[in-house]
Amino acid sequence: MSDRSQTLAKVLEVIEPFNKKGVAVTEATRFAQDLEWDSLTVLDFVANIEDEFDVIISMNMQAEIETVGQLVDALEKLQA
Amino acid sequence: MSDLFSKFDDVIALREGLLAGGNTDPFGLVMERVESPTVAICNGKRTILLGTYNYMGMTFDPDVIAAGKQALEEFGSGTTGSRVLNGTYVGHKACEDALKDFYAMDHAMVFSTGYQANLGIISTIAGKQDYIVLDIDSHASIYDGCALGNAQIVPFRHNDIDALEKRLKRIPEGAGKLVVLEGVYSMLGDIAPLKDMVAVAKANGAMVLVDEAHSMGFIGDHGRGVAEAQGVIDDVDFIVGTFSKSVGTVGGFCVSNHPKFEILRLVCRPYVFTASLPPSVVATAATSIRKLMASADKRAHLWENSKRLHAGLRALGFTLGTDEPQSAIIAVIMPDLETGAAMWEALLNEGLYVNLARPPATPAGMTLLRCSLCALHSEEQVGEILGMFAAAGRATGCIS
Repeated sequence: MSDRSQTLAKVLEVIEPFNKKGVAVTEATRFAQDLEWDSLTVLDFVANIEDEFDVIISMNMQAEIETVGQLVDALEKLQA
Repeated sequence: MSDLFSKFDDVIALREGLLAGGNTDPFGLVMERVESPTVAICNGKRTILLGTYNYMGMTFDPDVIAAGKQALEEFGSGTTGSRVLNGTYVGHKACEDALKDFYAMDHAMVFSTGYQANLGIISTIAGKQDYIVLDIDSHASIYDGCALGNAQIVPFRHNDIDALEKRLKRIPEGAGKLVVLEGVYSMLGDIAPLKDMVAVAKANGAMVLVDEAHSMGFIGDHGRGVAEAQGVIDDVDFIVGTFSKSVGTVGGFCVSNHPKFEILRLVCRPYVFTASLPPSVVATAATSIRKLMASADKRAHLWENSKRLHAGLRALGFTLGTDEPQSAIIAVIMPDLETGAAMWEALLNEGLYVNLARPPATPAGMTLLRCSLCALHSEEQVGEILGMFAAAGRATGCIS
């Protein structure tokens, strides 16, 4: 697996417990519209992602991230 | 028709739905007369006020009123100018001196509102390369201060010390760090574990700002707030507060011991680009602040009120925001907005005003009936209040 697909696999793993509606998640899945997460769910999810990857994803960065694919890109950048 | 207002359609629909049920608009109450810090006339009816921030009941204090009248006579109705141009009178300096004495700190800066104090201090001291780490339940003025500035904003779960520490440790080497906390969180009335949080912030090289809006005058031996009560006030870099709660007028401030603090008067835009407070307002504030320094008896009575209301509401079967009373705010948790609005109206009909609080102001989408006590609520009034809650609760099916 490439680094990017490893990152994607980990992100999907972290999403799963929050995917209450059982949405089929792809890179195009949008957090707000498709997964219908509220702000507290987003906080918990971001905290888990931060712990998993040992990074900080500020609210400024979160504002630019709408889809799963964009999150993976951002994590790739942060870990570079 | 679709235009710029279309984005408000959901809020309009929610509001219309609520009012269509025949409810009184909980956000449109008018007080026709105000008799005292604890009683007003609403809809022609004598109403006990249990939803103001008048914690120490200073609004009708004779010395405070006299000071305001005298300043109005001697200095006129307003300054018509910025603090840094023609808007600083002796009264503004006297007010800042009162704050320095109250908090035993070197510097004090008075803003035109508490909102502007947070907006100004936070947006000014945290720049583009800096990080602001803040509690997720922070007040709107703190978030707006973050939004006005350019810093990286990192929220953590409410009152979670480990979550704060983890984030601080991940901030890149060399970046400036500001931790923003509140003493009392105003929705549930719970307090922050400042002792541990301030220690964690300091150990990780961060500056600390604590908003003590809801604790001033009441919590701590000198009424300086939760940071004083927990013994960490000397490690707090900035305390932000307001005159619109215990002080009993309007205005905001920041106090600090930072040696370069005074430069903020020139670089803080929400301080510079607005008119200063009217002379009567700073005169009432200064008088009230000095009287609050010697109000230990009132503080003790307010604690008694808070404990009694908390225990009484719990005995009636209401669900409350905190297990123990931690401040002068007692939040009654409602199952949903409709029940909350019905209960709010039933209480008003009984002759009791409380705050109906709902998202986005509340955490976790909760609807709350927020009760805030005053040091001037008498024992009899607290008894009356409990009787009204019992009657309204049974009428709306909130309790059995």
